Amino acid sequence: MSFAEAPTSRNFKQNASAALRNETLQRAMGYLGFTQKRAEAVARLPEFEALRDQARDIKDHTLKHLDFYLEAYEAKVMESGGHMHWCRTPEEARRTILDLCRSVGARSVTRGKTMIGEEIALNPFLERNGIEPVETDLGEYIIQLRGEPPSHIIAPAIHVTKEQVADTFLEKHAAYGKTRLLTEPREMLEEARGILRGKFLKADAGITGANFLVAETGSSIIVTNEGNGDLTQLLPKMHIVLATPEKLVPTLEDASTILRLLARSATGQEFSVYTTVSTGPRRRADPDGPAQYHVVILDNGRISMLGTEFQDMLRCIRCSACLNHCPVYNAVGGHAYGWVYPGPMGSVLTPGLIGVDQAGALPNASTFCGKCESVCPMKIPLPKMMRHWREREYEAKLSPAIARWGLAAWAFAARRPRLYRALTRPAMAVLGRLGKRRGNFANLPLAGGWTEFRDMPAPEGKTFHQLWAERSR
Amino acid sequence: MNARDDMLAGIRKALGRDGSADAATRATLQARLKGHKQNLVPKRGRVQGREKIEAFVKMAEFSLATLARVRSAGDVPGAVADYLKSQNLPPKLRMAPDQKLDAYPWASKPLLQIARGKAEPEDEVGLTGAFAGIAETGTLMLLSGPASPSTLNFLPETHVVVVRAEEILGSYEDGWAKLRQIADKLPRTVNFITGPSRSGDIEQTLQLGAHGPRRLHIVLVDDGADAGTER
Repeated sequence: MSFAEAPTSRNFKQNASAALRNETLQRAMGYLGFTQKRAEAVARLPEFEALRDQARDIKDHTLKHLDFYLEAYEAKVMESGGHMHWCRTPEEARRTILDLCRSVGARSVTRGKTMIGEEIALNPFLERNGIEPVETDLGEYIIQLRGEPPSHIIAPAIHVTKEQVADTFLEKHAAYGKTRLLTEPREMLEEARGILRGKFLKADAGITGANFLVAETGSSIIVTNEGNGDLTQLLPKMHIVLATPEKLVPTLEDASTILRLLARSATGQEFSVYTTVSTGPRRRADPDGPAQYHVVILDNGRISMLGTEFQDMLRCIRCSACLNHCPVYNAVGGHAYGWVYPGPMGSVLTPGLIGVDQAGALPNASTFCGKCESVCPMKIPLPKMMRHWREREYEAKLSPAIARWGLAAWAFAARRPRLYRALTRPAMAVLGRLGKRRGNFANLPLAGGWTEFRDMPAPEGKTFHQLWAERSR
Repeated sequence: MNARDDMLAGIRKALGRDGSADAATRATLQARLKGHKQNLVPKRGRVQGREKIEAFVKMAEFSLATLARVRSAGDVPGAVADYLKSQNLPPKLRMAPDQKLDAYPWASKPLLQIARGKAEPEDEVGLTGAFAGIAETGTLMLLSGPASPSTLNFLPETHVVVVRAEEILGSYEDGWAKLRQIADKLPRTVNFITGPSRSGDIEQTLQLGAHGPRRLHIVLVDDGADAGTER
């Protein structure tokens, strides 16, 4: 199943309610443990804050001169013997990749983890065209077997419990003569490793994403902990890199600066186990490596975010810190968001890529606690941009009628201070008196949606205006 | 319009320009690309001398690599043989065809069966040198090439890396600077390796040896001198 082919973001509310009632999902989400590790890693590096400022400036500079850096990058890719393919749409990218695979007679391709691959629904497309795509990241492999999309951008199978993994392996690995129900994660890893090793060795092409593209050298950089991205690009005849323009940085030094933030913000590691800088195909005297190196550079709506109030989103390095720290994401998991990118970064990016008419519910799925912005290594003002999307949704008359009427009524009163005070004073006084004993309300007329899940604190009986006036006297 | 021109035109329009940036801006950007200017390098990447060696050892072990120190080149084969024995591994390894590794007296351990070349699927142990060690995070920096096939870093379950104290640098930036001294172009891959392969994809339980090596063992040749102070 692919969200890119069938988005469900419009149904966020129903998705979220179902997720909250799903006990297995709730148990699995309890294992998400990156926040503590991140805090420890940040504490170990006193320069972390200063690096965030520099990283933001590097990406801002790159975006401001994106055309220059793209052309410089392309020249270096070709100079090192690689090829570059420019694609505006998912269709162009899928077609390009299929043609590349067919040019080497590919029957099976290994896949390093790429969210962009999800974005263009690459696996179903390859399958329909007779090529077997094999996801090699353990989490991606598990969900590929289960026919599910990822629910987290770096821990794609976070929604799956180990018992579910065991059942899936029992069902799908029987074809390889593996018929024992496993109980320990160690055994599951070993079984998957053995099966995937065979896939690595027979793959005809390997497709990876890129965490960075380096203009200075024409290199693509990937980071993994498993080493799957390396075997994916190292063993087959052809390495295809699927990337988007905003992955560019000018120099190796710039990449190094942002790399210092990436793993620490993501998993709380000092550095990912494998940071691999790839430049072109194997050289004449090299004993191993792919004979061909291709970069497929896909826009899919990003360029239209340049120069708008959403440009800062293009600084995102997909670390997942905003997901990990988000109370909404932690409560409902990734699938409820209904498209490729969940959590706060998804709530900002998704409307930009598939339209606010499709994804308008996502920027509304926020408590505006601000945690996402405070942990973002690239200092992306996520809550501010969610507000921008809400404005656009309102302007396009896409928000629900009740919300629009409510806001219109409030705006009418708020622009008339006397009327506003005349309405709020008695209302607060009444609520204050009614709620004095309990201190809160378990239910309120017209606010049932709010009080269904929490109590409304009772007001003290006076409005802010009244208190302000009294204290200024 | 083809996709390339279309995308570039779209970027320029979004950035409020008709064509490429003016000549002066382009010259400034070219200079930035060629300047290799370092951004902020954390203090722990700027340590020198013994402190740098000790930082590398500490951070490598923090990344769950294991590390053995030997005083001289002559002790390397023994340290490798001892390590394989301690892990109940057969005394058999695939070694990079790297001249640097010929400096160690392998004949002194005749029981070690050594084949040279790229890794084959059945190889259990790969042995390589390293271009550099990076103290900042205990990272090894390896370059692909005829003397150092990348498959040795990833296919065998055990990766043994022999690194000399004078090869330890402070930061990634030091690594790039050293690389630019010996080559004007990058090799096909530069591999930064920090500990053994791992995955936490099943209920966030850390498991070593996901696809790459389950064990990363570093043999550090360190005579205790104040090595590498010039860098």
